[in-house]
Amino acid sequence: MTWEIVIGLEVHTQLSTNTKIFSGASTAFGAEPNTQADAVSIALPGVLPVLNKGAVERAIKFGLAVGAHIAPRSVFARKNYFYPDLPKGYQISQFDLPVVGQGALTIQVEPLSGNAKPYEKIVRITRAHLEEDAGKSVHGSTQSMTGIDLNRAGTPLLEIVSEPDMSSAAEAVAYAKTLHSLVRWIGICDGNMQEGSFRCDVNVSVRRPGEPLGTRREIKNLNSFKFMQQAIDYEVQWQIDTLESGGKIQQATILFNPDTGETKSMRSKEDAHDYRYFPDPDLLPLDISEEWKEQVRATLPELPIDRKLRFMAQKDEEYRKQLRHDVTVAFNRVIYGLSEYDANLLVANKEVGDYLDACASIVGSSNAKLCANWILGEVSAQLNRDVLDMMQCPISAQQLGGMLMRIIDGTISNSGAKEVFRTMWTEGGEADAIIEAKGLKQVSDSGAIEKIVDDILAANAEKVAEYRSGKDKLFGFFVGAAMKASQGKANPAQLNDILKKKLTG
Amino acid sequence: MFNLSLQQIGDALRAKKISSVELAQLYLDRINALNPKLNAYITLQPETTLAQAQAADVRLATGKADVLTGIPFAQKDIFCAKGWLTTCGSKMLHNFVSPYDAHVITQFNNAGAVNLGKTNMDEFAMGSSNETSHYGSVKNPWDTARVPGGSSGGTAAAVAARLCAAATGTDTGGSIRQPAALCGISGIKPTYGTVSRYGMIAFASSLDQAGPMARSAEDCALMLNVMTGFDERDSTSLQRDKEDYTRDLAKPLNGLRIGLPKEFFAEGLSDDVAQAVEAAIAEYKKLGATVVEISLPNTKLSIPVYYVLAPAEASSNLSRFDGVRYGYRAPDYTDLADMYEKSRAQGFGEEVKRRIMIGTYVLSHGYYDAYYLQAQKIRRLIAQDFTEAFKHCDVIMGPTSPSTAFKLGEKGDDPVQMYLSDIYTIAVNLAGLPGMSIPCGFGENNMPVGLQIIGNYFDEARMLNVAHKYQLATDWHSRAPQII
Repeated sequence: MTWEIVIGLEVHTQLSTNTKIFSGASTAFGAEPNTQADAVSIALPGVLPVLNKGAVERAIKFGLAVGAHIAPRSVFARKNYFYPDLPKGYQISQFDLPVVGQGALTIQVEPLSGNAKPYEKIVRITRAHLEEDAGKSVHGSTQSMTGIDLNRAGTPLLEIVSEPDMSSAAEAVAYAKTLHSLVRWIGICDGNMQEGSFRCDVNVSVRRPGEPLGTRREIKNLNSFKFMQQAIDYEVQWQIDTLESGGKIQQATILFNPDTGETKSMRSKEDAHDYRYFPDPDLLPLDISEEWKEQVRATLPELPIDRKLRFMAQKDEEYRKQLRHDVTVAFNRVIYGLSEYDANLLVANKEVGDYLDACASIVGSSNAKLCANWILGEVSAQLNRDVLDMMQCPISAQQLGGMLMRIIDGTISNSGAKEVFRTMWTEGGEADAIIEAKGLKQVSDSGAIEKIVDDILAANAEKVAEYRSGKDKLFGFFVGAAMKASQGKANPAQLNDILKKKLTG
Repeated sequence: MFNLSLQQIGDALRAKKISSVELAQLYLDRINALNPKLNAYITLQPETTLAQAQAADVRLATGKADVLTGIPFAQKDIFCAKGWLTTCGSKMLHNFVSPYDAHVITQFNNAGAVNLGKTNMDEFAMGSSNETSHYGSVKNPWDTARVPGGSSGGTAAAVAARLCAAATGTDTGGSIRQPAALCGISGIKPTYGTVSRYGMIAFASSLDQAGPMARSAEDCALMLNVMTGFDERDSTSLQRDKEDYTRDLAKPLNGLRIGLPKEFFAEGLSDDVAQAVEAAIAEYKKLGATVVEISLPNTKLSIPVYYVLAPAEASSNLSRFDGVRYGYRAPDYTDLADMYEKSRAQGFGEEVKRRIMIGTYVLSHGYYDAYYLQAQKIRRLIAQDFTEAFKHCDVIMGPTSPSTAFKLGEKGDDPVQMYLSDIYTIAVNLAGLPGMSIPCGFGENNMPVGLQIIGNYFDEARMLNVAHKYQLATDWHSRAPQII
């Protein structure tokens, strides 16, 4: 009998505000301990929280990006528990009235096993709420003591909760990756997983098809997609083994140990806190007017889902009809007619698509396919080889566009272009200057090409006769010889034409 | 000198009849002589006081003095004041020297006022007799065997005994008005949100409000002018135009409609208090006011509602006192949980622990709906009672406290009996309305009686007018206890 896997995610994204969610202290990462802990972060007696509007705007941005309901009124609540890195003895969060309501995220799933094809899936988002981060307990820095660093205390978080819509580790990872890309795309989170800017809690349960949901266990604080994959695989197998050997699953919070690849229970439901949530009397309800929402909407960039449509669109009218008007703002509306495969790759992160747009604006949208081929080919390969991301690409979109123009107008051949590209990558410079310096300009003068062809045919009379008697394959030999004679500079299309004419002639 | 009004003291300072330093020294000497009998102050820092007075003298010399420049005030020890020990009446903060100023302190500093010291109070403002202070109970200057009321008992005793020109208090369920009544002084709790709570150590955030306590309504008005105003550091601070609370002081009271809630004159009110309050109402009629009977039907529920909501908020507000970052930490402990438990068990007093327990209970899973949510609903009904009442009257009057000052230790064993002494004041906090107490005579044992004046939202100027006209017609407010 088979098992069905049910997975839901809770993701804590650190919002990219300069200051904390309830005070003016800096949120910069990596400062000396407690140098960014102001009176509010330390929770001195008498201090009060004041809500950072920038954090709210980032939450609104996210809500709009996933087509969610933005609550006209949401409420901050206190979550009460004692811990040394929680200075007030409570965390200010949102409980029954979160700022962002139901939304959805479309994901592309790359199955891990065998020959299964990539597919699309919609994951529903339950809610997203604003809250403050806690500080850090630093163990072992001082002998037998625990240090407290409150720099992180009060950093704004948006906790994004999904429905249990994922049914494999691959889907969970695809969702997390898509979300990770989206929060960076819309500029609300730097996505730095090593620094804890994007932390995932994964709820996993298994059941027999058709049966009610099984008991879930929550894997806390996964900060890499690889670990997420491993943790879910291990956990699913553990739950199945437990159930198949007659055991029961107890609700629990568990941790994944990357060294052993195992999950381990941290605390069971019985140890769960009673957080005694109640509305924070120090903060007014958060009211978001239509006007404010629209102002934030106007700052949203073109979203991945819209960009993908545009990259694939063949006809302008059709593209416009498909646009989701609730999230569409003024942006470059040039359509490219690319394949879905290319489009998916080009919207995987925002910088790549931006690069394509910049490049296509130089060479024209009818040549966008050429841009895409270069970006997904040479550019990606070189970036991978040098372990760089798009932002660090040594060749600007303008430089690449300039070079592609020379391919289009026939000045250089594809192989010449590759040499220009390599030079640009390592030494910089504009295409025209490199072509000039390296003498890569192709020969497009038909008289010159005819002369080369005539010489080749004259020197190989026997082969010409063979060709004419039906040995078509020899055509390649003539092309190669002529190209060699032109030192690779002959315009290949022209050379082909002339050769064909003279050989049949 | 000690009986002059704030206006008169300010005039004397500006006329150079006395310097601020001389005045501060006079008060410090007087405090040294009398405070041991009253225990009204927790902390005195004479050097800080005199340095402030010196600065005020410089300002006075330049002619840039404000109304309150150079006048010595006392501050309730609930306000964080930079460089001052700020204990909130608790062992938990026995060593906490604040690194910053509360908004109220900043306002007084900007006005050039001088801080004489920090006044005693019930621990974390939880109490109605000032007996819960870790620093010992305060004695009522009219009879040192009796309580001064609470929680602003130190302030009330200090003002009544002329140990400061005037002082600040805070009022969560009557903590300005009840001690003002029991010590024979004037005090006003403004509309919630009028005075910033920034730097005022929180008891119950949705109820706490700071206000002035002084020897007259006029003095209260001058202090309110300094204390009020929008503060962006307090999200519940109201954004309103600055107003002059003295503007209506002299207005005649002709046609004033006084509402008398029948629930305030029912069982539980002692005869001597009833008589003094009724005499005051008669005086108001002479001043041109008319009287209407009104009803505040949910008055009785205000105490149970308050003792759900205030402890609920307090249980959370006081969580930060954990011995980790500042304040008291138990000397011996085995692990983290033990450190928390011992520090809080030893650092908090009985009444504070009782309220933390109640608050934790009413917020717990399974009890929240029955207690906290239910109390919030009744809180709205109580506010509606007042809205309805103010359709028929301009101000509401009644007793501030059901009895005059009781003896020290008399109600110590019975918290419910103690809680009932706030029956007339608590509903005002639940509704967020402004409330005031002014002296209106003396009861048995020659102890002062307070008349409570409740106004509609933002009607402080009218309440002060109503109080001031009465104080022009009577002299209860200028009577002083024998101790001076």
